[in-house]
Amino acid sequence: MRGFGVVETVERKTLKLDGCTVSYLRGGSGTPLLFLHGANNVPGWLPFLARLAERHDVIVPDHPGFGASEIPSWLDNIHDLAYFYLDFIEELGLKEIHLIGGSLGGWLACEIAIRQTAPLRTLTLVGAAGIRLAGVRKRDIFLMSPEALTRALFFDQKLADEMLAQPVTEATTEAQLKNRYSVARVAWQPRLFDPHLAKWLHRIDVPTLLVWGDSDRLVPPAYAAEFARLIPDTRTAIIAQCGHLPQVEKPDEFLAAVTRFIEQKGA
Amino acid sequence: MKFMLFHLMPYAYLDLNYTDKYESAWVTLPNTYFDPEKGHELYERYLGELELGDQMGFDAIGVNEHHQNAYGLMPIPSVIAGALSRKIKGKLAVLGRALPLLNNPLVVAEEFSMLDQLTGGRLIAGFVRGIGGEYHSWGANPTESHERFLEAHDLILRAWTEPGPFHFEGKHYDFEYVNLWPRPYQKPHPPVWIPSSGSIETVMWAAQHKYTYLQTYSPVAAVKKNLEQYKIEAQKAGYTATPEQMGWMAPIYVAETDERALAEAKPHIEAFANKFLKKPFEMRLPPGYVSMKSLKGVMQAKVSQTVDRTAEEILASGSFICGSVETVRNTLLERQRDMGYGHQLCLMQFGTLPADLTRKNMELFTTRVMPFLRERIGAEAAAIA
Repeated sequence: MRGFGVVETVERKTLKLDGCTVSYLRGGSGTPLLFLHGANNVPGWLPFLARLAERHDVIVPDHPGFGASEIPSWLDNIHDLAYFYLDFIEELGLKEIHLIGGSLGGWLACEIAIRQTAPLRTLTLVGAAGIRLAGVRKRDIFLMSPEALTRALFFDQKLADEMLAQPVTEATTEAQLKNRYSVARVAWQPRLFDPHLAKWLHRIDVPTLLVWGDSDRLVPPAYAAEFARLIPDTRTAIIAQCGHLPQVEKPDEFLAAVTRFIEQKGA
Repeated sequence: MKFMLFHLMPYAYLDLNYTDKYESAWVTLPNTYFDPEKGHELYERYLGELELGDQMGFDAIGVNEHHQNAYGLMPIPSVIAGALSRKIKGKLAVLGRALPLLNNPLVVAEEFSMLDQLTGGRLIAGFVRGIGGEYHSWGANPTESHERFLEAHDLILRAWTEPGPFHFEGKHYDFEYVNLWPRPYQKPHPPVWIPSSGSIETVMWAAQHKYTYLQTYSPVAAVKKNLEQYKIEAQKAGYTATPEQMGWMAPIYVAETDERALAEAKPHIEAFANKFLKKPFEMRLPPGYVSMKSLKGVMQAKVSQTVDRTAEEILASGSFICGSVETVRNTLLERQRDMGYGHQLCLMQFGTLPADLTRKNMELFTTRVMPFLRERIGAEAAAIA
């Protein structure tokens, strides 16, 4: 069940908003669940999404500037993406959303939530970037080779091997270059954080779950504790023998933590 | 044909075995590899070489900017230019200041105005974007590189030419009071040169502004392609490019014979190319530094600087010129005739090349090669006129 195999085909949709055509996947039914990807767009309906879709109306956009979405002329920083998503939520008429963000997407989810929690029911951060914990460096994704970066994502190197063995096509190369450009656009300096975010995390007034791999080499688990200190109502699930992508590396544990949290706090 | 002595001021004492432990002489090579006392000795030596070059008859002396590396020890090139300004008689070129790295590019307008004043109008002002690694070292966003370069350029040109104070309103820079003291000596401003490795956007932009385009260290095929492009862009902009608007920077080594030249220069050519220039892809081409289209081309070509090349291979590409007086004369004459550029920038010290060989190189070049080329190319130009 773990890994990258796409188990179900879900139709890709597009929406033109704020002058930018964005591409997104949407499947399942139930309460809405918006998943915000990290430095790379979600290539397809991954197993963890299919399982979330058993209970939720799951929406997985490629951020403006990423994957199959256009690069908008207004994309200068992470705040631009946050305001875009507030428009996106409004445009789709989403309410009582379970918002999940991984890595850069976790940072983005925080930027959205400090501005507006009215449409949110819960917030889940997975290996989230966005803040700086003095003395605990995140890895510099911009100086790593694609192979080193892939290896650093996982505890289990078999998954890294599997990911590195995925076929390289012109389309995947193009998406990668686009992703890399847009991550740099919003996260190059300062690297992967917003110096003004930590000041306002106390505004997040929805139940928040922090999911971290105990062996996350990109954003070390000490960051989970820091988010827990800064956001008022949190609980933390540290997943053993797991790297930066618990939803891919340990989907059972990830889904158990998310499902339990949503049942208790967000039903 | 004008000749400029150009220097990079490398840390020639670099332990070349650093590659056993580190990927590059840039960004992350620990500065414990730098010995401050040897550093002082090198600055003394290199400043002496540049002063000597002026006395030996080079038309201009050129310095440049690179940050946090062993390849070039002039992070603030105007310090070196300032040290030279009252010693040399020829032109003084700073090629160039890396504008997008700066949060306040007015500092460049100020530095260059001061240097133009100190030299009584002998300054050549170079503007560059900086190279990939420097966006890591200085924390400048490479995706903003082009737009910041253009905006900083506009700010500097206006600061030099418009009566102040005025309000500069840009996207990246907004300054309430732009009011430059001192104003530059030259009117309307020092000549602007654009050194580049040849991105199409830069070639086009330089031609449109009638700025002198300077091709940096490159294989001869790339030099030709970019200079031809410059001429095309000039035609599109409604004029014919003159030789004075085009230049090429090449490392040059002259010795008594071809064999001796290669034997003496070989280890230093290889150190320059394989040790001092060595950079992984992620350092060389950070996201946004070049257009997505160029980047795709580079990736598809699988161009890699990680494979070491021999001096013979490097010479074959034409990026380095090395040989007897005869060989160097003929090579440069042929290149100039073929490409029609008017400025030859000569890197006469490269990598680990020691002081004695550098001096011999400069002597042979300025006494045997430079006068010959001046005469021949001058005569050919006169004949055409």
